[in-house]
Amino acid sequence: MPGDAGSGDDHAQLKQPSTATTEQRDAVVVRLAGDSGDGMQLAGTQFTDTSAVMGNDIATLPDFPAEIRAPAGTVAGVSGFQINFASEDIYTPGDQVNVLIAMNPAAFKAHIADVEAGGTVIVNESEFDKVSLRKAGYEDGYNPIEDEKYVRQYKLYKVPITRLNAEALEETGMGAKDVNRCKNMYALGLIYWLYDRPLDITINHLEDYFGKKKNLPQVAEANVKALKAGYFFGETAELFPVRYQVPKAAITPGTYRKITGNEALAMGLIAGGHLADKNVVYCSYPITPASDVLHYLAAMRHFGVKTFQAEDEIAAVGSAIGASFAGQLGITGTSGPGFALKGEAIGLAVMTELPLVILNVQRGGPSTGLPTKTEQADLLMALFGRNGECPVVVLAPQSPSDCFDIGVEAARLTLQHMVPVVVLSEGYLANGAEPWRVPDASSFDKIEVKHPTAIGEGDEAYAPYARDENLVRPWALPGTPGLEHRIGGLEKAHHTGTVAYEGENHQLMTQLRQAKLDKIADRVPPIEPYGDASGDLLVLGWGGTYGAIVTAVRRAREDGKKVAAAHLRHLNPMPRNLGEVLKRFKKVLVPELNSGQLRMLVRAKHLVDARGLNKMQGKPFLVEEVQQAINLMLTDEWGDAESLLPMDGKVDPKAQGLKL
Amino acid sequence: MADKTLTVLKPKDYASDQDVRWCPGCGDYAILNQVRKVAAKMGLKREKTVFVSGIGCAARFPYYMNTYGFHSIHGRAPAIATGVKLANPELDVWVVGGDGDMLSIGGNHLIHMLRRNVNLKLMLFNNRIYGLTKGQYSPTSEVGKKTKSSPMGSLDCPINPISIALAAEAGFVARGIDVDKDLPNVLERAAKHKGASFVEIYQDCNVFNHKAYAHATDKDTKEDNLLRLEHGKPMIFGKDRDKGIRLNGHRLEVVELKNGITEDDLLFHDETDEGLAFMLSRMRFPEFPEPVGVFHVYEDRCYEELLSQQVEQAIEKRGRGRLEDLLNAGDTYTISETDAQHGLHE
Repeated sequence: MPGDAGSGDDHAQLKQPSTATTEQRDAVVVRLAGDSGDGMQLAGTQFTDTSAVMGNDIATLPDFPAEIRAPAGTVAGVSGFQINFASEDIYTPGDQVNVLIAMNPAAFKAHIADVEAGGTVIVNESEFDKVSLRKAGYEDGYNPIEDEKYVRQYKLYKVPITRLNAEALEETGMGAKDVNRCKNMYALGLIYWLYDRPLDITINHLEDYFGKKKNLPQVAEANVKALKAGYFFGETAELFPVRYQVPKAAITPGTYRKITGNEALAMGLIAGGHLADKNVVYCSYPITPASDVLHYLAAMRHFGVKTFQAEDEIAAVGSAIGASFAGQLGITGTSGPGFALKGEAIGLAVMTELPLVILNVQRGGPSTGLPTKTEQADLLMALFGRNGECPVVVLAPQSPSDCFDIGVEAARLTLQHMVPVVVLSEGYLANGAEPWRVPDASSFDKIEVKHPTAIGEGDEAYAPYARDENLVRPWALPGTPGLEHRIGGLEKAHHTGTVAYEGENHQLMTQLRQAKLDKIADRVPPIEPYGDASGDLLVLGWGGTYGAIVTAVRRAREDGKKVAAAHLRHLNPMPRNLGEVLKRFKKVLVPELNSGQLRMLVRAKHLVDARGLNKMQGKPFLVEEVQQAINLMLTDEWGDAESLLPMDGKVDPKAQGLKL
Repeated sequence: MADKTLTVLKPKDYASDQDVRWCPGCGDYAILNQVRKVAAKMGLKREKTVFVSGIGCAARFPYYMNTYGFHSIHGRAPAIATGVKLANPELDVWVVGGDGDMLSIGGNHLIHMLRRNVNLKLMLFNNRIYGLTKGQYSPTSEVGKKTKSSPMGSLDCPINPISIALAAEAGFVARGIDVDKDLPNVLERAAKHKGASFVEIYQDCNVFNHKAYAHATDKDTKEDNLLRLEHGKPMIFGKDRDKGIRLNGHRLEVVELKNGITEDDLLFHDETDEGLAFMLSRMRFPEFPEPVGVFHVYEDRCYEELLSQQVEQAIEKRGRGRLEDLLNAGDTYTISETDAQHGLHE
């Protein structure tokens, strides 16, 4: 019930008049930051849910520490959650932070630089003691919240959250440790007051989660109490002279839910299996940031979903291939290092021409790299990272909700074309959330899959490598009498499928495997630039950079610039009209969270002088960075560089090169 | 479809149209023939049977069976076969591979397939050499084995496949020999066992490791060198059945049945005793005779059945998932205002 905060006695109490005045804002970026044990992700999720239900457009960016439990109070252990909520269309979690809630000195230290000048900073004053300051790496005797520099630059509010929370929960009889764990709800309550958010959604969640699910009604009660205490503090303390309202966004009417990329992908894959009357067999080895897909699917047995936690990445892809051979939709999911391990088996699926979806939720690499940070540097591995000529379909979602459609598309293509499909998601999309308009279940086309039941016309025996008009081989299922056959990783003769090493046959089969993939381009929708059909600059992107690119292009167009954006969701095969679209623009800019992988492909294939904006910082683009690059491209200030790298949010042609 | 006559399949009906291309004299031929015979004897349905293999000489096996078959990649057959059973538990799945395939590159998958108790049969052809790659030492080669890759003798301690299978909690563990009369019985019991069956088969690579098992196959000597395991029977062996295995303290020892030592003093084989099975797995020729037959059996629930049951239970509890339920799960909310100018999240 959006905005329905006034019901019930408690809420009547909350509606007491406040001395604060109310200001309207179109969009606000809030970042919650604390120790990884402080429950920032939970508080952030609650704020997101409430804002979504309030009718705001939202985009979120969780920021996890790499360590499971870095030492408490240290900068390495800081966990953050950023929410952009707005009454206008938003595509990114936002560049600059308007409001920072810092639960300890380490959180303050880690995030203060991202807060806009004049922005609001609420610090948990109780934690700014000698010990915590030292843990955060501040010099003895220095306290940043007493520093004139910060006090002048920000609206700095010192609230002793730990102490006030403890006082509020004094009568619960809970131990100090348990009481302290509620302080995230105290902080959340305070922000709810500041942004005029209702409490009921979070109260319901706490009662449901701790009360019903975990059977800890006293914990639920304490959390609710802390939440309300935080809210009342905002109301009565007269600390904040202004509170803000972000009205509902003008969003297309319909039923919505908040969705993360990993949830959406898992749902899309289930939907794909459902539309094809296939059970999903999801085989995976746990790896950040893909594990949530496994967790989500494991709870979906009632959809016929079978999940299999394999002993390693290779077994995971192998068992998925076995499942497809036996007639179901075999899927394996992983992140970059695991994807590298799966390479040989993906080649087997290409060779045996079986359905297989490989989900790669990319993270910073190489090797173990940055497990919790985002990057899009596996594009070339997806396209080429296997032995031999080994073409696969490659798809990339552009937003958390687009992960659903890409999941369905992956199932459709793999089942109907008998070719492995790689889905390149990203940590940023996987954990990011946005509102998703729930589609009508009847709006999806069935995925027709044919399984032969008899030997083909003119054949003496079943020919596993006979092909239809799309060059797709038949998929006879074990269990079908009369169609017994053998397939494998060795090269086979065209049509009959018997092992064959003859040179001409191998050339033909190599061509056929590629031609089968190229045929899929017939089903890839043509690329339609956002903005003008032709002009001075086309900004070409793929994957999760969509939001930053489209926002930057929109702003450039508002300034009267002849700029357009085009975004690739199909990376292999690409839309047939891509080359033609590229040639309609004087210049091409390719922003990527890698050192220029799509740019390399575009330059090689279409002979355009595409330039790159390349960021490898484990973070998504700021809109501002893309905007600067657009401006540099349109003027002659860009220079000769094939690519520029942003530094500290600035794209400066003069400040390139290694900074040692 | 009106034809209701029961076709009785003969061993040759299980042969595919492919020429068998192992080296002349390879032990694999004997095993292939025995498997076809067992298939005919048991009346295996060709369409329900799947042979899965990795890479190696033994891994060509599926090509020669007129059933469904998957010749996959090195070491991964147990993983792929597991996937086949997950997707369709009705299929009768056999896994074939050599000692390099199953114990070296695929050792991990083998262990996990066994401990999960996936209902399939695994035949490990052990010739103690790499045949397909032309003669390097394998994980089961003896220490000091001189090959092209170990000209001064291999340094690796060999893996004991039966011990590994037992340690991996396999529910059926047995050993046979390519040319031995008991192989069909072992295979038949493996085929009938519900759960993961592991059968090590001593197999002669007559090109790179010929007569590695001569002691167990030569007519004149084999009965003196083999201990044929029979459940509930005393462990007697020898051409004249005059020797036996006795427990001395915590160790096994070979004794002769004379000077007052009778059958009753010997160990009796008990397939249900995994401790005994492990002791037997450590018996090595020439100090001991080589045990052949079934070491250990226990029935447990099979992985893929349990998984299917979870699906059924979930459906029973929550109702069969429908697409609209999937899409509308969680906290949904309705936006009713209209603004044609926007529409971002269409």
